[in-house]
Amino acid sequence: MASEVIDKGRRKFLAGTTAVLGGIGVVVTAIPFIESWEPSARAKSAAAPVTIDIGKVESGQMIRYGWRGLPVFVVNRTSTQLAGLPAQDARLKDPKSQNTDQQPTYCQNEYRSIKPEWLVVVGICTHLGCVPDYKGEVKPEPWDPEWKGGFYCPCHKSRYDMSARVYDGVPAPANLVVPPYHFIDATHVQIGVDPAGAPT
Amino acid sequence: MTEQVRIRPRNRVLAWVEERLPILSFTASHTTGYYAPKNFNVMYYFGSLALLVLVNQIVTGIFLTMNYNPSAAGAFASVEYIMRDVEWGWLIRYMHEVGASMFFIVVYLHMFRGLMYGSYKKPRELVWLLGMLIFLTLMAEAFMGYVLPWGNMSFWGAKVIISLFSAVPVIGNALVNWIMGDFFPADATLNRFFALHVIALPLVLLLLVVLHLSALHEVGSNNPDGVEIKQKKGPEGHPLDGIPFHPYYTVKDLFGVGIFLIICAFIIFFEPTVGGWFLEHDNFIPANNLVTPTEIKPVWYFTPFYAILRVIPSKGLGVIALAASIIVLFLVPWLDRGKVKSIRYRGLGYKVALGLFAIVFVLLGSIGAGKTTEWIPEIFGPNADLTTIENTFGRILTVLYFGFFAFLWAYTYFGWEKTKPVPERVTMVQH
Repeated sequence: MASEVIDKGRRKFLAGTTAVLGGIGVVVTAIPFIESWEPSARAKSAAAPVTIDIGKVESGQMIRYGWRGLPVFVVNRTSTQLAGLPAQDARLKDPKSQNTDQQPTYCQNEYRSIKPEWLVVVGICTHLGCVPDYKGEVKPEPWDPEWKGGFYCPCHKSRYDMSARVYDGVPAPANLVVPPYHFIDATHVQIGVDPAGAPT
Repeated sequence: MTEQVRIRPRNRVLAWVEERLPILSFTASHTTGYYAPKNFNVMYYFGSLALLVLVNQIVTGIFLTMNYNPSAAGAFASVEYIMRDVEWGWLIRYMHEVGASMFFIVVYLHMFRGLMYGSYKKPRELVWLLGMLIFLTLMAEAFMGYVLPWGNMSFWGAKVIISLFSAVPVIGNALVNWIMGDFFPADATLNRFFALHVIALPLVLLLLVVLHLSALHEVGSNNPDGVEIKQKKGPEGHPLDGIPFHPYYTVKDLFGVGIFLIICAFIIFFEPTVGGWFLEHDNFIPANNLVTPTEIKPVWYFTPFYAILRVIPSKGLGVIALAASIIVLFLVPWLDRGKVKSIRYRGLGYKVALGLFAIVFVLLGSIGAGKTTEWIPEIFGPNADLTTIENTFGRILTVLYFGFFAFLWAYTYFGWEKTKPVPERVTMVQH
């Protein structure tokens, strides 16, 4: 026969430890359920590199290609478009591409590319993920009378120059992302793989 | 307020059940035993109508799942199949689709009623909070439902809304991939949204509705005079200004239901897309991850909040303002320090502010829906700078939106409000 006096301290301790242990159990059990929302092995393997034939892309023309379900823009920039780039620096958020998340180190230059004329970017606006329109013509546009060509997002009016660098005063926070890529030969570029020997 | 009614059925079977599970007594306590103020006006229809729409969404939703295919490859085609090949499928889908918009119409009016008559004030703060949680769940439910047909606006709407989470510091991008289960809205995204839309969120919604009504029945309904009817009771113990919910308000609500269903039927049969407001044109095109619709905009009920996001030229601040615009509604019971509930006896400042707030909400909605891009050239001429004018206008409206809540606090906290005396009993015109 146990004592008639209730040991409240002991009762509190037992209730407390049971709650803590049970709580840990619930949290640990929740982990597989939460992790099940991560991209599956199939989704990850579908993110394989793609090769694009750029031999038929004329000067000033842009082609788009799917990679990991993302649209990749490849632009053959004209000399006029390239010449307009340096003058834009003062109007850009990140003219020197110092945000290293947005491009590999081998593309951290004025042209944000390996070869000056070839621009390769992921065509996903850094604001909320829309696909910007290519507005390559150097002519006054409703949003900018001094337009030197670039990209214009129809969703929230973010603008990028011909190096896909974002203008100041628009909602997008960063330059468009340059994916890892390299030239296989003069007319083929592979998206998703860094050039041989490039620091990653 | 609920009065405990004890039912003792004469039928022996019913009596047997009632002794073990007092279901008749419970029902009676919450209908004939629930005394509601006798002066309800037209603004008091929307609670019961919201419940009606909820039932409609559940029933039509169950039937839609019988033919819908939640996969990126099959979703769009299965919706077309429901519309064209399934017997009466078009009607069931349109009832569900129109129901979604009607849900928000009645909920917005229901919330506006709360603001008009101070229904969020002590002792009804929890009723308001639970109602706000219902509103929040409803927004998630509606958003995920909108993604299911997998039209191009579904896809891009999903993309934009999920991308809002990338504004979270450090883990933002990982969080976005976690929500989508892929690197873009894909099969995995559609499947989990389907699961949440048809199982998880409806369960949450039902639970919250039960809690909302339980809290309401504990404290009793407010009324257009903001008078607590509990304080004046007759010799039988019933509130002098109260009448039993059943039959008085069930009959009144049935009349409201009649009018409401006529309106719904008109929309369903004659104009189910409401000119692109209830169902957007871009959603009749299958999802395409390489082509964005020329203008991404949410369905009308999200446009006021979306406008706030859109006119702020910074992603982080835009998302914070969007979240704040909803969170601030939760705080209303504590921002408003005024003792007088009903707008009938409140100061002129409150009347003007609430009227202005309603106008601001609608105008923000028109910006979010992209309507201002049509109006600006008409008002300012064809060469007007759309972006600047729209952003300026939108930012003023955003300031006014938040200004309402700041004003509400200052107006009542510093005692600037000059209220009128509140009557002892409810007022109503005798018929």
